[in-house]
Amino acid sequence: MKRKKDATNNKNEWSLGHRIKRNRASYVMLAPYFILFFMFTVLPVLTSVFFSFTDFNILEMPKFIGWENYIRLFLDDVIFKKAIANTLIFAVITGPISYVMCLLFAWIINEFKGKTRAFLTLIFYAPSISGNAYLVWNLILKGDRYGYLNGLLMKLDLINTPVVWMKTEKYVLPVLIVVQLWLSLGTGFLTFIAGLQTIDKSLYEAGAVDGIKNRWQELWYITLPSMKPQLMFGAVMQITQSFAVADISINLAGNPSVNDAGATVVTHLLDYGSIRYEMGYACAIATLLFIMMIGTNKLIQKLIRKVGN
Amino acid sequence: MARDYMKPRRRIFKRRQKTINRSMAGNVTLFILMGICAVFMVLPLVMIVNNAFKPLDELFRYPPTIFVRNPSWDNFYDLIILMSNSWVPFARYIFNTIIITGGGTLGHVVLASMAAYPLAKHDFPGKKLLFGMVVLSLMFSWQVTQIPNYLVISKIGINNTYLAVMLPAFAYGLGLYLMKQFMEQIPDSIIESARLDGASEYKIFWTIIMPNVKPAWLTLAVLQFQSMWGNTGSAFLRDEELKPLQYALNQIINSGPARQGAAAVVTFIIAAVPITFFIICQSSIIETMTTSGMKE
Repeated sequence: MKRKKDATNNKNEWSLGHRIKRNRASYVMLAPYFILFFMFTVLPVLTSVFFSFTDFNILEMPKFIGWENYIRLFLDDVIFKKAIANTLIFAVITGPISYVMCLLFAWIINEFKGKTRAFLTLIFYAPSISGNAYLVWNLILKGDRYGYLNGLLMKLDLINTPVVWMKTEKYVLPVLIVVQLWLSLGTGFLTFIAGLQTIDKSLYEAGAVDGIKNRWQELWYITLPSMKPQLMFGAVMQITQSFAVADISINLAGNPSVNDAGATVVTHLLDYGSIRYEMGYACAIATLLFIMMIGTNKLIQKLIRKVGN
Repeated sequence: MARDYMKPRRRIFKRRQKTINRSMAGNVTLFILMGICAVFMVLPLVMIVNNAFKPLDELFRYPPTIFVRNPSWDNFYDLIILMSNSWVPFARYIFNTIIITGGGTLGHVVLASMAAYPLAKHDFPGKKLLFGMVVLSLMFSWQVTQIPNYLVISKIGINNTYLAVMLPAFAYGLGLYLMKQFMEQIPDSIIESARLDGASEYKIFWTIIMPNVKPAWLTLAVLQFQSMWGNTGSAFLRDEELKPLQYALNQIINSGPARQGAAAVVTFIIAAVPITFFIICQSSIIETMTTSGMKE
C-alpha cells in the first residue's frame, strides 16, 4: 500500500508537505462519520462479543462466566433450537428465492422502457418500503370467516370452516415465508434494475453474431457475467435481510407464537434482550447471529465470483 | 465505465433493442408470469387503499370484498376526531417526526457524503480498512448491535432525547457505501483542475463534488427517510412528548376493532408517504444504483 502511494505521489509531483496537508483534510472529513460509526457499529459489535462471555443484567456489573452462555444455548435452550432451525429454513428458502425473484423480475422489466418500466419497478418495490403495511396481511389471514383468505376459500368451497391460520402450527412458517417474500424486493432489486441498464448493448449484438440463439443463453453468457458487481451487492442485501426476519413474525404470529412455530434467532434475541434483561445471554445470541450473517455472506460472495468463469 | 457527465441523465433510459434473441412465445410466457406476480405484489396495497375509503359496514362485511362500493371520507373524519382527542396534541407528534426524520436524514446525507469523498478520491493510509469495515457492516442487521447500542446511548447521556434516535442513524453504512461508489465515477480531471486553481479540499467537496452527485444524495435522503419514518423510537424515547408520529399511528392501529376505520386510514398514510417519495425520486435512485456494484 505504501509503495502504491509513493508511486502516485511521484506521478503527481506532490511535495511531502502538501501530501500530509492533503491527507489531513481527508481525515478531518472522515472524522464526523467514522466517530459515530465506531460508537454505534464497531464498538457495539466488540462489546457484544465481550458481554456474551458474561452474566449481565444491566443493573449489576457483568460477571465473567466463560462459555457458559453458549453451552446453555446449544444444550439447554429448546426454543433456541427451534429458532435457529426456523431462521435457517427462512434463510435457505427466502434468501435464494427472493434473490432469483429480484433478478428475474428486474430482467423481465428491462424488456420494457420509459413509463411502463418505471411503473412495474414501483409495483414490485413498493411493498418493501411501505413500512408496516404488511399488517394488512393480518386482515387477509384473519382466523374467522371475515378474513379475505378464508372468505375466498369458503366461497370456492375448498374449506367448510374458517382456518385459524396464524394459530395453527403447520401454517405459521409457510405463511411467514410468503409474507417475507412479498416484502423482499428491496435494494437488491433496484440494483439489478439499474445494473441491467448499464450493460453495453453492443455485447448482445456481438453475442448474436457469435451464435447465441435465445434469451436464456444471452442471460447466462452475457448479462450475468457483465453485472457481477451488482450480483454481489444484491446478494449481500438479500442474505442479510433473510436472516433478520423478526418483525413480521412478532406482528403476524405473535411472540411467543403458537408452539414457537414462528420463533427466529432475532425474536429470541429480543425476548432475552428487551423482556428478560439477560443481556449476557442475549449478546451470545447476537454474536452467533453476527457470525451466521457474515459467514454466509462471505461464502456466497465466493460462489458469485465464479459466475461465468 | 466512467459516465460522461456532459450528457443528459435521460441517457439511462435509452431504448433497448428488442429484436435480437427474443421469441414471441418466450415474451408471452414471461410477461404472463410477471403479470401474475405483479397482482400478488400489488393486491395487499390495493386493499390498503380501498380499506381506507370503506365505510364501517363494508369493513365488517361478509364475505369480505377487496374493492370499496360506496367510498366515503368517514374513516378520515374518525381519525381527525381521534387525533384531536389525543392526550399529547397530534401536532406535537408531527413536529417530533419532522425533527427526527428531517435531522436524521440531513445529518446522514452530509456526514456520509463528506466521508465518502476522501474514500472515493483520496489516497491515504487506512482507507481500505475503513471502507472494508463499512462493507462488513452491510452484512449484518441492526439487531446484532441493538443491546450494546442502548448501553452506548445511555452512557453518553442522550437517552430520552431526539439525539438517541438521530445520532446512530447518521452513521448508517448503506448510505456511505452508495455515495462512495457513485463519487468514484466523477472524473479525476475536474478535481485536479480545481486543485490547480488553488481550491481547498473542502471547497472542492462543496462546490464540485456535491453538485455532481445530486442523484446520489437524493437517493441517500430517500432511503434514510424510509428507515427513519418507520422508527417508533420506543427503545429510547420514554417521554410521550418526544415520540414520533409513527408511534402514535401504531397506537391507533393496535387499538382494536372499534378503531378499525381510523386504523385503515393510518395504514394507508404510513405506506403512502415513503412510496410517494420514491416515485418522485425514482430516476435518481436508479441512476445511483447503477454504481452500487461490489468490485474486488
